[in-house]
Amino acid sequence: MPAQNFKHALFCAVITLIIAYPILGLNLEAQGINVTLTGADTFTIVSVFLAAVVVFLFQLFRDNIMGSLQGALSGLSSGSQKEPMAENKRAKIESWVLTGIVVLALFWPFFVSRGAVDLATLVLIYVMLALGLNVVVGLAGLLDLGYVAFYAVGAYTFALLSQYTGISFWVSLPLGALLAALFGLVLGFPVLRLRGDYLAIVTLGFGEIIRILLNNWTSLTGGPNGIGGIPDPTLFGMEFGRRVKEEGNTSFHETFGIAYSGEHKVIFLYLIALVLAVFTALVIRRFMRMPVGRAWEALREDEIAARSLGLSRTAVKLSAFTIGAFFAGFAGTVFASKQGFISPESFVFLESAIILAIVVLGGMGSQIGVVLAAIAVTILPELAREFSEYRMLVFGAAMVLMMVWRPQGLMPMRRIHIELNKQD
Amino acid sequence: MLVLENVHTHYGKIEALHGVSVEVNKGEIVSLIGANGAGKTTLLMTVCGTPQATSGRVILEGRDITHEPTSQIMRSGIAIVPEGRRIFSGLTVEENLHMGGFFNTKAEIRKSQDHVYELFPRLKERESQRAGTMSGGEQQMLAIGRALMSKPRMIILDEPSLGLAPIVIKQIFEIIGHLRDEGITVFLVEQNAHQALNLADRGYVLETGKIRLHDTGKNLLANPEVQNAYLGG
Repeated sequence: MPAQNFKHALFCAVITLIIAYPILGLNLEAQGINVTLTGADTFTIVSVFLAAVVVFLFQLFRDNIMGSLQGALSGLSSGSQKEPMAENKRAKIESWVLTGIVVLALFWPFFVSRGAVDLATLVLIYVMLALGLNVVVGLAGLLDLGYVAFYAVGAYTFALLSQYTGISFWVSLPLGALLAALFGLVLGFPVLRLRGDYLAIVTLGFGEIIRILLNNWTSLTGGPNGIGGIPDPTLFGMEFGRRVKEEGNTSFHETFGIAYSGEHKVIFLYLIALVLAVFTALVIRRFMRMPVGRAWEALREDEIAARSLGLSRTAVKLSAFTIGAFFAGFAGTVFASKQGFISPESFVFLESAIILAIVVLGGMGSQIGVVLAAIAVTILPELAREFSEYRMLVFGAAMVLMMVWRPQGLMPMRRIHIELNKQD
Repeated sequence: MLVLENVHTHYGKIEALHGVSVEVNKGEIVSLIGANGAGKTTLLMTVCGTPQATSGRVILEGRDITHEPTSQIMRSGIAIVPEGRRIFSGLTVEENLHMGGFFNTKAEIRKSQDHVYELFPRLKERESQRAGTMSGGEQQMLAIGRALMSKPRMIILDEPSLGLAPIVIKQIFEIIGHLRDEGITVFLVEQNAHQALNLADRGYVLETGKIRLHDTGKNLLANPEVQNAYLGG
């Protein structure tokens, strides 16, 4: 065994040198029109060789190192293993913790920077989208690759209505959601008989149709130029701008006699998004516990069995599509208001893929998991801006690793059930 | 109770049932036997409305259900235990049962649930277990229990003995007999001809989409033709 280990270690070290030396140890320098090859400074070259030595040593003593590491890890985890808590006690604690988090989230924006609040608003929009898609994909088991279309419908409804009729954010919020829901219903009909891959393809096509329509219907949507000047939401007729734009409105900072600050608007938008996200979560949670929620799950588990029990495939599937689309419309309206400008660029297939990835990463059907995944997927790329070229690479790798190690997602869905008193 | 009159059913252009007439009277156990591909499952599916009969009539309790949608048929006092059990494997046993009583009130569900647990004490033991983790026999019990949750007046069983151990098959058939004693009409489709005919009041033999023989269960068991073809001589 040692001989084999030695050979393997040597091989790894050589590979390290072969890969690292040309990349780090050699520089191409432009001198006039010619390019010359120069060696890097001694420090870099020494580091490369040191790295090779480290790789060599690690591979040589790999078994020992991993063994001791494993021992240390198991020592750590054995201390923290406790008996699982009773289901109802756990649920109680969970709901308190969640309430606490929401209350913290309410006050949090007043203490952090404007950029952070803006990012958090985006996170909340993704939370709404992911919760909505979770109904369609996670609960009803219908793979929807064109979900972004409903998001676009919500956003464009608000943008167009405000542009042509001057309707405010609050009126168009339900309108956008309802119109998106209507589109969900319309998409639902042709795909009723489809399953799996075929459904995915048709929904993908639907998403593209909406985007291309928005892109080409220049007279209405402005095409690729998009729509700008989308108004901000108002608080009981109070505007957040420095000067009041609309007749009859007052401005927020004048009413309360405080100095104008651009932050008010950002925080207000964040709070709207927070309230809507919580509302979305609660409504969908309610649906999950209602018969319709169980019907979604039954249809996902076995369509034939569900139909044999008298469930109508049409009603169950359409309700899932419609409700999912409704919340995408919500998210779209908030998004349009936050950006102030929208164009078909914002609603490409990649968005659908990201939302779907959030649902899969979080754990199909699990609300807490989906919220966590939405936070992770939105914030991590922002934190690692320098590595933005590698974003998709890391994303793909993360998905592959998840599928290998934790196919059920970060926080898989727990079956909600009532614990009866044990008769011992 | 259930009458099929000269039913033809097509899958696309292919005719699977060539004019089948079957009658199931109230309180009976009627068995339908036949080889693979004879059209047994097609016949049941036609009763449930997927696919619908292209000609002929299906009449349930005097009502013509030939062209009614599946969801409506399945809510009118008839329940099916599908072939291969088809329980909701990710849901718990209790949730599976609740799905069976989807259109009933809570009180009714509680009552039928107690009744099912009485019939199958094993299900009570496994109440909060995921259904997919149970043995084949237990899953079959769950499938029957789930069908009973809607308080059907008639229950259709599609190959309940499929893939089960002989001792479990015996239990299942005992339960089927018990269901008749409770007044539920049973329409049983089986490849296990011996057991199915033994239990049945009357039996039909289906061959390539046509009813070949029709008699009481006892007579069919004694019929040399049936013995040769289905009972291994």
